Amino acid sequence: MANKRIDEPTGTETMGHEWDGIEELNTPLPGWWLWTFYACIIFAIAYCVVYPSWPGMKEGSHGVFGWTSRGQLAQEMAAAKADRQVTLDAIAATSLEDLPANKDLMAKAVEGGKAAFKVNCVPCHGSGAAGSKGYPNLNDNDWLWGGSLTDIHTTLLHGIRQPGDAATRMSAMPAFGRDGMLQPAAVADVVSYVRSLSGLEPASAASQRGNAVFAANCVACHGPDAKGGRMFGAPNLADKIWLYGSTREDVTETVTNAHAGVMPAWGGRLDPVTIKMLAVYVHSLGGGEKFAQPAPAGAAPAPAGAASGATNGQP
Amino acid sequence: MSAQTKQPFAWHGTLERNVIILGVCAFIAVLFGGIVEIAPLFWIQNTIEKVKGVRPYTPLEQAGRDIYVREGCYLCHSQMIRPFRDEVERYGHYSLAAESMYDHPFQWGSERTGPDLARVGGKYSDAWHVQHLMAPRSVVPESIMPNYSFLAKKDLAIGDRSAQLKSLFLTGVPYTKTDITRANDDLKAQAGMGDTGDLATRYPKASIRDFDGNPKRLTEMDALVAYLQVLGTMVDVDSAAAQEHLAREKGR
Repeated sequence: MANKRIDEPTGTETMGHEWDGIEELNTPLPGWWLWTFYACIIFAIAYCVVYPSWPGMKEGSHGVFGWTSRGQLAQEMAAAKADRQVTLDAIAATSLEDLPANKDLMAKAVEGGKAAFKVNCVPCHGSGAAGSKGYPNLNDNDWLWGGSLTDIHTTLLHGIRQPGDAATRMSAMPAFGRDGMLQPAAVADVVSYVRSLSGLEPASAASQRGNAVFAANCVACHGPDAKGGRMFGAPNLADKIWLYGSTREDVTETVTNAHAGVMPAWGGRLDPVTIKMLAVYVHSLGGGEKFAQPAPAGAAPAPAGAASGATNGQP
Repeated sequence: MSAQTKQPFAWHGTLERNVIILGVCAFIAVLFGGIVEIAPLFWIQNTIEKVKGVRPYTPLEQAGRDIYVREGCYLCHSQMIRPFRDEVERYGHYSLAAESMYDHPFQWGSERTGPDLARVGGKYSDAWHVQHLMAPRSVVPESIMPNYSFLAKKDLAIGDRSAQLKSLFLTGVPYTKTDITRANDDLKAQAGMGDTGDLATRYPKASIRDFDGNPKRLTEMDALVAYLQVLGTMVDVDSAAAQEHLAREKGR
């Protein structure tokens, strides 16, 4: 049996055994492979000792350092919070009015607001803040309730048409058609008039009749020139931006049943710094307006809203 | 020859030639593998956190869950938030084993073509869900999700929900006798069509309302939205005590 010899054609040693003339060549595993294999075994044993790995009757093994993925997450979250804390504190300590002057802090607030926007606002306003039917576009210059930093901040804090929040943006357009305030013919006329304002329809006899209906019913909120009013969040009807659609059907539906879009009051859901950063981000999107002019004539609620926004912004 | 006495592993020859010894040793090897695979199943209960709030799904939510499975939502949406910072900051608190203990089959998934849905409940309004399911791109322009507008047109096939709850009961979901006998009534009542009775007591935190914006019909949309709105909302994971406890807990 043990008759080791060099096999001639291959030049490899045989194992030394032989059955019915069949012999086996001795070709051991390469050394690097074998040692990697042994290293893996040693690693696996060490891993079982260091990390939680073995199930037990009541709970699994803890591992020598008591590591848990959840504990590690808690540490990472705490570290990330500590990282941001300096900036967040600085933003909290700066009033909305002073923030734009501090370019560096402003840039950071915009970035923070962008992140918060993605989590909280994108579902309705869209990832690019371009909105969709019923959800306003935040990139343009068209603002229902005002586009200055303080106006946006107030809207964010108190929401739109939120019951239970005294400072919420509140208004209600009557359902002119549904509630019988206007007959269907009058609704059709006023739709013609409103659509003619932005050139969607040529002026006609119907639109002239509609002008009278508009003057009697709509000017209180939308203004004599139909350019809207921010006191009531009444949209500008003379421009080409249509929150609920511009077709005849859409506008008729709006006049008949009215719309009353809502937005949550984020004051109760997010912390004050996040809300401030969101206001800054939305303001930075392109349509942001300057702070309300000092003491604008005949706009009592605007400064009140601005003031409440500013005070609420303070830590 | 002299070399014959010094063969390495000579004892292995004995092992290979004796069927009894070989049989016993093979059995031990298989036994070891079997124990490692099977034994943990007997203690699997201790991997489920003891948290408050998890309840079985209401019949309506369960019906929505069936639609979720039928439409293959799990192929693109996971329901498993892992304990990593990026996931937690995007989706919310990481998922707990307890939260899917009444899921048969569970919907953890392994593919995220769309976002994770483990905590989607309460994040969006019903109206948003309906609009998004009918035409996803009308609210999320970059979405590649198919349209599911037919759900709003299709009446929910109610069938015998008691039987469904009963079979779930047999797999270990703790439905009560009342839950099982009242299943069909509960289903309609939760969608705002009928007497709710003590539904809210038997299923705490259940939302009772019309979900699809059409109170006159009970559609598959109602069921699916009801299911989506309950996902991840049963356990108050964000309470400070829960956070503290879970972060310190070892041996899971």
